[in-house]
Parts: sequence; structure tokens; C-alpha cells
Amino acid sequence: MSFEINLRHRVGDCALSVDFSSEAASIGVAGPSGAGKTTLLNCLAGLIAPDQGRIVIGSRTLFDRDQGIAVPVEQRRAGYVFQDARLFPHLKVSANLAYGERLGGATGDQIDRDQIIDVLGIAALMDRWPANLSGGETRRVAIARALFANPKFLLLDEPLASLDHARAEEILSMIEQLGPSLAIPMIYVSHQPQEIARLTDTVLNLA
Amino acid sequence: MISALEWSIILLSLKVSLVAVAVTLPAAYALAWVLARRRFSGHSLLDALVHLPLVVPPVVTGWLLLILLGRTGPVGALLDRWFGITLVFHWTGAALAAAVMALPLMVRAMRLSIDAVDRRLVAAAQTLGASRWHAFRTITLPLTLPGILAGAVLGFTRSLGEFGATITFAANIPGETRTLPLAIYTGLQVPGGEAAVTRLAIISILLSLAALMVSEWLIRRNTNGRAHVV
Repeated sequence: MSFEINLRHRVGDCALSVDFSSEAASIGVAGPSGAGKTTLLNCLAGLIAPDQGRIVIGSRTLFDRDQGIAVPVEQRRAGYVFQDARLFPHLKVSANLAYGERLGGATGDQIDRDQIIDVLGIAALMDRWPANLSGGETRRVAIARALFANPKFLLLDEPLASLDHARAEEILSMIEQLGPSLAIPMIYVSHQPQEIARLTDTVLNLA
Repeated sequence: MISALEWSIILLSLKVSLVAVAVTLPAAYALAWVLARRRFSGHSLLDALVHLPLVVPPVVTGWLLLILLGRTGPVGALLDRWFGITLVFHWTGAALAAAVMALPLMVRAMRLSIDAVDRRLVAAAQTLGASRWHAFRTITLPLTLPGILAGAVLGFTRSLGEFGATITFAANIPGETRTLPLAIYTGLQVPGGEAAVTRLAIISILLSLAALMVSEWLIRRNTNGRAHVV
């Protein structure tokens, strides 16, 4: 597993500049609010095309401005857990989980879905509407949905933000538990150094 | 209770309005989507053009249709020569006049519902492997369904009540273009027509009420009690 992230991107007055490479399996991204943490994830997921640079995750070149490579979002297969969860409000939990599962295909299926449901403790939520989930439940379903799509890499954008301490600890240990069995590169954004220290091998600091 | 003549007027009105809405629906949704989601030069011009029938006197809209689509008009002559289609003095002309008048209302309702769909949900669908088209079909379209239904009902009731553009463009021909409002108007011109007018007026009100109630029911059924649009 390896990451090569080299990019420059400007949004209004904010300039994001990253030059980072690592052989680690997981990276923690730290930095103050407005440092461009979410912008970085959006670049990796393919939702934003950076002004310049090159992005390689695993052995796949996802973006290279000079070579004219820009893999479209839907083909990048990023397991993106958004800060705001973004569950589809018109689909029940089970259909939210199935959404990416069908599109992700069964190729190289190394995801054990029963284990994910079990570890995240969402078996009882399948028949519920997203509007009727608590904050912690919503996060757990969002994490499961990203994993069900059989992603090539994981992007977690402050998955514990705005949760109380007990809930956060619960989800943290769930991610810890799932991590090794997934065997895919993970990028974890947080402004809590102790979360990053627990979950990831190396840190990328955005100033 | 309802005479054969009244039935024929009701059926003609329903036919004209249903065809008008059915034909306009896809175009109205496409326009609503473009106006809500795309920024381009000419955006406000397109917006203004779509809304024109709402603010221009209907008789002017009818007159413009007559100039464009009349048998000797630039578009009408081509339709006649190539397809043998004549719209003036024909029920399809009444449907077209109703469609043009209904368009702005339909676009407005649908645009509101498209604006209300969080684009971040579409982005989320794309990260899960959905192409733009698949994301549209599975996220945007179902989430805007209440707006589509609301637009369709607004368009339908507007079409049922269409008068000015219809009488100008398609004229007032019994059995062909004499819809409910035109029949009411005609009744008012005839001495002793008050009873007929009253009956037709009551029928109009009941039809519009029924359309509104059906739409309320459809919207409630399709959102499973989740109120997320309009």
C-alpha cells in the first residue's frame, strides 16, 4: 500500500498545497479548521479536480494533470464517509447499504458484510428511515454504506465529530476493530491527535 | 343528471388538459433542472422566456401562437407541409395553448423541488459508484417526485381553466375546442343560458377540487409521510 499525493488547489482565498508520499497503510490528516482537510478528501475522491498535481493510491494513478489522467468519481471507488453522513433520505437503511453494493460489483470481494453489520451493530436498524436514526446510528450506517460499496480505499472525514464521548469511543473502537480485516488504504481526517494516533500509522499535517 | 352535451364538454376539457400536461411534463422538468443546476450565459433570458406566459396577457400568447403556428405561419406552414398537422381550430391547438400557459407554473414547482435536493447527496451517490445519469435516476428524480406531482397538478388545473390563449389560437368550436371555460363564456352570451352556466361552473369547481385532492393524496403516498419537498 502506498500513497503519493502531490497537489495544489485554490478555492477563493484558500490555497491547499500538499506534497506527501508514504508506504503506510493508513494516514491521519490533521490541521486546524479551514486548512483544507475536506478539500483534500474531495480531491482524492474525485469530487474536485485539483489545479495541479498527481494522486496515486495503492498502485492506481487517480489523477495526473500533466499526463491528463483524471479517473471519474464513480470509477475511483473511494469509500467516503462524509462528515455530514449524507444518507439518502428516501431510502431505508437497508437500501442505503445496498446502493453502493450493487454498483461496486463482486470483483475482488474482500469485504465481509455480516462482520461489518455485526461490528457496527446495525442489524436492528435495517428497516428504519435515516430521519429516524440518532447521530451515532447515522454515523455507523454511513460507515457501513461506504464499506459495502467494496471500496479500493477509505476516506473518513471526522466521523466522530459532534458525537458525545461515549458514542465516539464506541465508533472509534469499531473502526479499530474493522481496520485490519479490510486491508485497504485509509485516510482519516480529524482534529483530535489522540484519534489519529490510535487509528493511523502516519500523520499528514495541513497548516 | 349531467347531460350528454355537458359530458362531451367535460371529456374534451379533460382530454385537452391531460394531453397538455403529458406533453409538457418532460420539457418542464428538463427546463427546471437546467435552470436549477446549470449556470450559463442566457440563463436569465431562458428564465424570463419560460415565465413569459405567466405575465403576458393570455390573448397575446394566443396571438403569438397564431402568428407562429397558424397555417401560414413560419412553423405552422412547415408542420402542415411535412406532417399534415394543423393545430389551429383543432383540439390539439387547444392542448398546445393550454400547455404553453401551464409551462411556467410546472417549471416553478419542479424547480423548487430540484433546488431542495442537496447536491451533496448526488456527490455521495457518485462516490458509491453511480454515474451522473444513475445518480439522477436514483437520487434526484425520486426526491423531486412530490415537486413533479405538484407541477403536474398545477399545470392540469391551469389547463382546465385556460381561456384567453385557447379562444385566440384554437377558436371556440363546439365539440372541437369548446372546453369548459369557453362553454361557460358561450353560455353567458346566450339569453337564458344562466342555468347551463351555473351547472358548468359547479362542474369546473368540482374538477379542480378533485385534482387538488388527488395530488395531496399522491404526494402523501409517495413520501411515506416524510415531508422533504415543497
